[in-house]
Formats: sequence, C-alpha cells, structure tokens
Amino acid sequence: MSSGLYSTKDKNFSKELDLTRLKPYGDTMNDGKVQVSFTLPVADDDRAVEAARQLGARMGLSDVQVSHHEALDKDFSFFVVYGNLTHTVDITTIKVATIDSTVMDMHGVDDFIKENIGRKLVVIGASTGADAHTVGIDAVMNMKGYAGHYGLERYQMLEAYNLGSQVSNEDFVKKAIELKADVLLVSQTVTQKDVHIGNMVELVELLEAAHLRDKVILVAGGPRITNDLAKELGYDAGFGPGKYAEHVASFFVDEFVKRKMK
Amino acid sequence: MKSKLKLNFAVVDKARQFARDIAADTQKFIEKHTSVTIERTCARLLGVDGVDDQGVPLPNILVDNIRNNNGLSLGLSVYLGNAIIQTGKTPQQIAEAVAAGELDITRLKMADLFEIRAKIEEIAGQTVERIKSNRKKREEYLGRFGDKTGPYLYVIVATGNIYEDIVQARAAANQGADIIAVIRTTGQSLLDFVPFGATTEGFGGTFATQENFRLMRQALDEVSEKQGRYIRLCNYCSGLCMPEIAAMGALERLDVMLNDALYGILFRDINMQRTLVDQYFSRIINGFAGVIINTGEDNYLTTADAVEEAHTVLASQFINEQFALISGIPEEQMGLGHAFEINPDLKNGFLFELAQAQMAREIFPRAPLKYMPPTKFKTGNIFRGHVQDALFNMVTVVTGQKLHLLGMLTEAIHTPLMSDRALSIENARYIFNTMADLGDEIEFKENGIITNRANQVLNEACTMLESIRKDGLFKTLEMGRFAGVKRPVNGGKGLDGVVEKHENYLNPFVELMMKGGLK
Repeated sequence: MSSGLYSTKDKNFSKELDLTRLKPYGDTMNDGKVQVSFTLPVADDDRAVEAARQLGARMGLSDVQVSHHEALDKDFSFFVVYGNLTHTVDITTIKVATIDSTVMDMHGVDDFIKENIGRKLVVIGASTGADAHTVGIDAVMNMKGYAGHYGLERYQMLEAYNLGSQVSNEDFVKKAIELKADVLLVSQTVTQKDVHIGNMVELVELLEAAHLRDKVILVAGGPRITNDLAKELGYDAGFGPGKYAEHVASFFVDEFVKRKMK
Repeated sequence: MKSKLKLNFAVVDKARQFARDIAADTQKFIEKHTSVTIERTCARLLGVDGVDDQGVPLPNILVDNIRNNNGLSLGLSVYLGNAIIQTGKTPQQIAEAVAAGELDITRLKMADLFEIRAKIEEIAGQTVERIKSNRKKREEYLGRFGDKTGPYLYVIVATGNIYEDIVQARAAANQGADIIAVIRTTGQSLLDFVPFGATTEGFGGTFATQENFRLMRQALDEVSEKQGRYIRLCNYCSGLCMPEIAAMGALERLDVMLNDALYGILFRDINMQRTLVDQYFSRIINGFAGVIINTGEDNYLTTADAVEEAHTVLASQFINEQFALISGIPEEQMGLGHAFEINPDLKNGFLFELAQAQMAREIFPRAPLKYMPPTKFKTGNIFRGHVQDALFNMVTVVTGQKLHLLGMLTEAIHTPLMSDRALSIENARYIFNTMADLGDEIEFKENGIITNRANQVLNEACTMLESIRKDGLFKTLEMGRFAGVKRPVNGGKGLDGVVEKHENYLNPFVELMMKGGLK
C-alpha cells in the first residue's frame, strides 16, 4: 500500500465553510478534491505521465496524483488524475436566470388552465432542423410520457401535436400558423459543432419575420440546453436533463397568464 | 437445443407461420413495383459512378432522364443495355453523355429485348463476380485468422470526418473491438441520393459514401493483418437509398449493415410502400454479399415501454426473419435486433431482460442476434451508466447474444470519446471472461419469474401476429401498433419514387444474386 492512502499532511487549512471562497468537498471541508480523466495523443510512458501531472497543475490542482494511466493505442494514452483544486468561487455573488414558476402536476396544470385561461392551449413540438432524434420531444409530449411523468398529449386542457423529427423551421412555423399554436416546443439533441445554435436562431428570425414571436411562447429543450442559453438565443425558456412534461407545462401556463395572452 | 425457458414451441411455430403469411402477402405488392433508388442501384452495379459539375450523382441523372420520359417501369437496365448496343459506349460514358446533355437514352432506336438482356447480363455478371470475390476475401481472412466464438464487440465512431473516424476506429480495434460501425450524419436517411467522395463534414456522424467505405475498409484490413483477427465494418442501408447503399457495401466489402424498412417507416417517416420495395432488393444484395443484416426492433423500446411492448419486438423479429428469407438471406446473416431498455427502477427488471434475451436466443437459434445497450435511461451520471452497461454485458454473456453493441458510460452526454470506448471495451471483456460459461450452468426455475415472462411475451407476440395477418402489414402500421407510431400508407417521404413494373421490366441482378447461392 502506498503511504499516500492515509496521509495526514496538508490539512492545515480552515475547515469552516466559507461561501465566498467555495471549493469542492472530498471528505474534509475545503480539501478541494476533484477527479479528471483525459486522453493525451502521445504514447503511454513516464514522460506522458509527467505531462498529465503538469496539466493537472495547470488546471489549478495541487498534490496532483496520476492514479491510473494506460495505452489506448500506440500514440494515445488515458489518465485518471486526482488533485486538490486551488481555485475558489464566491457563490454569494452569483445570479442565474432560474425558471421561477412553481411546478404543478398534470391535474394542477389542467385546473390552472381552466381557472385562469378558460380554453385549451395549443402546443406543437418538434425536433427541428436536421436533428433526427425524437427521444426528448417524445418524453415530453407522448401520451405515455417518460419515467412515470405523463406527456402533454395526456393533459386534458392541452391540444398537443408532436410533429416528430427533422421538421424544417419553415414547416414548423407554417404548422404553428395553421394550428394557431400558443406554445412552440423545440427539441435539439445533436449539438456537435454547435449545429443547434444556428438552427435555433433561425427559428426566432422566422417567427419575427412572420410577426408571431410575441404571440407564442417559445421553449427549447435538450441534453445540452440551459435556460441561460435558450434566453440568450431569444427563447422564453430552456429545459435541460431531468425536466419532464410538468416542468415545461407549469412554465408555459404561468407565462401565458403573466404575459396576459388570450 | 433444450429450452431453458420451457418455451411452448407450438406457439413459436404458429407465430412463425403467421409471419410467413404476412410477408408473403406484402411480397405480392413488393414484386409488382420498382423505385428510383432500385434503378439507381442497377446503374451503380452496371458501372456508373461519379457526379456532374453540380455535384449530382450520375446514377440520379440517368434515372431522372428515364423517369422524366415515363420509362422507368421498364427498368434502367433496358434503356442502358439498349444505349450500349446503339452507341457502343460504356455505361459510364453513356451517363456522362446524358449529364452533358448530349444524349437522351429514351429516344434511341430500341434493339430486340432478348439482345438487350444478353448485353446487360454480361456486364452484370462482371459486377456479381467482383462481389463474389469480396465474399471470398472475407472468407479467406476468417479462414486464416479464425472467427471469434463469443460475442462480437461492436462500437461506433461518429466524428463527421472519415479521416478522424479512421483514427478512432483503429484505436478501438486495437483495444479489442470486433465490429466498427460508422454512424451516418444526421439526415442522410432522408436524402434521395448518395453523396460522393471522401467527406470531412457531418453532424453526429459521417456521410455514407463509397469512397468513405473504401477508406475505412482499407484501414481496418491493415489492423486486421497486424492483429491477426478480422475486424468487421458496419454501415447503414436504411433510408431512401437502401439498395444503393447495400450495393456500395457489397462493392467495398462491408460485413454488417443495418437494413430494416420498418425502422425507416416508424422512425424516419419514410413511406411504407417505397421502403418495403427498396428493402427487398437491398436484402438480396446484402444476402449475396455475405453481409449480416441488422434489424431495428431495439428502437421500438426507445419510444415505447420495454416491458409492455416487448412482444412487438418479437413480432417484428418474426416478420423480419420472413422478409429476409424471401430475399435469400440465410439465418446466419440475420442480426435481428433487440435491446436492454427496461427502466432501472423496476423491481426485477434485470430478470425480465434476461428472460427476453434468452427467449430471442431460443426462438432464433442460428441468428447472430444484435443486442443494443441501455440508452433511454442513461442520465449523464457516468458512474451509474457504467453499472447499467455492466448488467447489459452480463445478459449478453449469459444468453449468447452475438452482435453486442457496447454501451457508453457517457451516453446522453456526447458521441463517444476514444477513452469512453476503451473503458466500455474493458468492462465487456472483463465480464465476458469472468462469466464466460455461466450461461451453461444456469437453468431457469419452472413457473418462475423468468420462464413465465418469456412465455407471456411469446403468447402476446403470437396474438399480435395473428391480428396483423388479418389486417395486413400496411394497415397495422397505419394503426400505430409498432412503437406507438402511426404512419399513413400514402404519407411520409419517397412515395413519388415508386413505379409499377411493366411486363418487360428488367433487373438482371435479382436473378443473378438469388441463384448465386449462399453456402
């Protein structure tokens, strides 16, 4: 066993939680423990291990340990690295745009619509552009829903249309006009080389050109979508992993009332 | 083989007969029709390749020439064969002349049909020989190196750039991968043409082009030689160009190809008439080339529930088996698909997975089943993801799945990094080795959860097949009984490319390849 396993050194730091100097937690407050793993495009040898250690130090790690390394190919090697992060952040000064609607369940949303809107809302959703993935939009819209969270098609007070995948932005806008949609849901799964950004912006431009942007609630979703990103691109909200139909529905019914839409 | 699940094989026989009737009924429609991509395939197999100065593939230009003059019902082979006789040019020269606007092959004097057939069969025979020699080359490799007895480790590469794909593929092969699949760029399945040349730009995958196939085959052959084991190459036929891509795969010695009309109908909204007609010819080509086809039933479980809808997977496998047999594909080349997609929170979910995988194994004993890893319930928690993949690996080794598509701990985050693949291969090899013969040691309890589950799924599949036989396959798809997706018989993409055959229709490859015989 290496002596490092039960090391008692380097614990001469404050053990008090300081939110203005926040750090990762391993097993002791402020120890800063993190793990990173990466591949280097060089052969797996002693120099490569030292290079990995130095990269860890450049990332702001102290006491860098290369806990594992192995060759992936002749000129590629893989590293698992542990270290203590020297950087801190002041969490008390951080402001993020959180979606502040309270989350209702399906019946809650239906009741809310009956009381505050008085008619069914029309929701259309699609995986737009070249994106062929339907997992996201299906999870939110399909009757069956996902992991026990019913999809929008099951909501009594919603008229939900899942247009599927690879819907062009032009067709999507056309369909929005035809169905008099109140809410537009855009799913983006493929985000390689940021292809989703251009596609999402194009939709906003088309909606503006058709004088529709103010008349609809525009929501984006996908594994790499954040609320901040969506807002920056001109959407009303963005939903990432771990959000289900009721999160999305709670947001748009609330927004509909707030914006005094009819 | 003794059934470990006490399966009722009388029900299996009944289900298989229903599927045979369903396929035969659909086949009547299929045989009356051809399509633009089938005719382009003939052009390719007769030696037409390349693009014009606008980047339009010459096979498209030739077929459009015939189609615009309402001649497609006779088949491209009639017009091209006649043009060879009348002009003395090669198929490629003829295509170039049409592209240059110098020739209209529908306006030439028509030679005797018998003479045309003889001419075209002569050229077709040369291509068929080339494909046969590719098959021989694969058999030589396998003879020299031997073939793997356990599951094939199947990984994907998807960088968008064929040259980067080669770097990734080589590394994966060196780590122990047996099959490399190059994922296609998103949207290619909806293109009614096949792009040309080596490509370096794609999203979520790389264009399937004949040159990309050739480059990757060459790289994998080099690794195979070095490693002393044959690395298989996989790509995708499904989409609007099924037979064309099958032909490219046959010419460049691909070993495994996704080939499933039902998948295209349900998940890509391709018109059902179009793609079932296309599937027939593409499977004939795959069968003759010795390619293992992969079917797409696993995808049903990404949209529908893996417990409630398990029988739809089995029903579809039965149908796919019959369509494959009609196209001359032997059982040894039928990579029928299924997946490990039950919600991890479900109590005894692993037992259900084991039951369904063992059931597929026993019902299709000679088929190299394609087993797909968990994706739907991957969350971005890579540590849990690695455990999910470990459970999936156990099912494969215990039940003898063959084409084992490796799960990635980073599923739901990004397309696999080189290290993701290496960790995944390490995981699978560990489990396959440490549990190598566990399956032989296990018998399942009579009337236990596992045997009851398997028999229940079988019975439900049989009932479903009986009602599909009554309604027909087209109507069943209209009713949304697979994957919960409804598709109208005249909807979707590509219907305008379907043409009814004339009585003098000619496609020399169907007969040549069907009788080319498979060992």
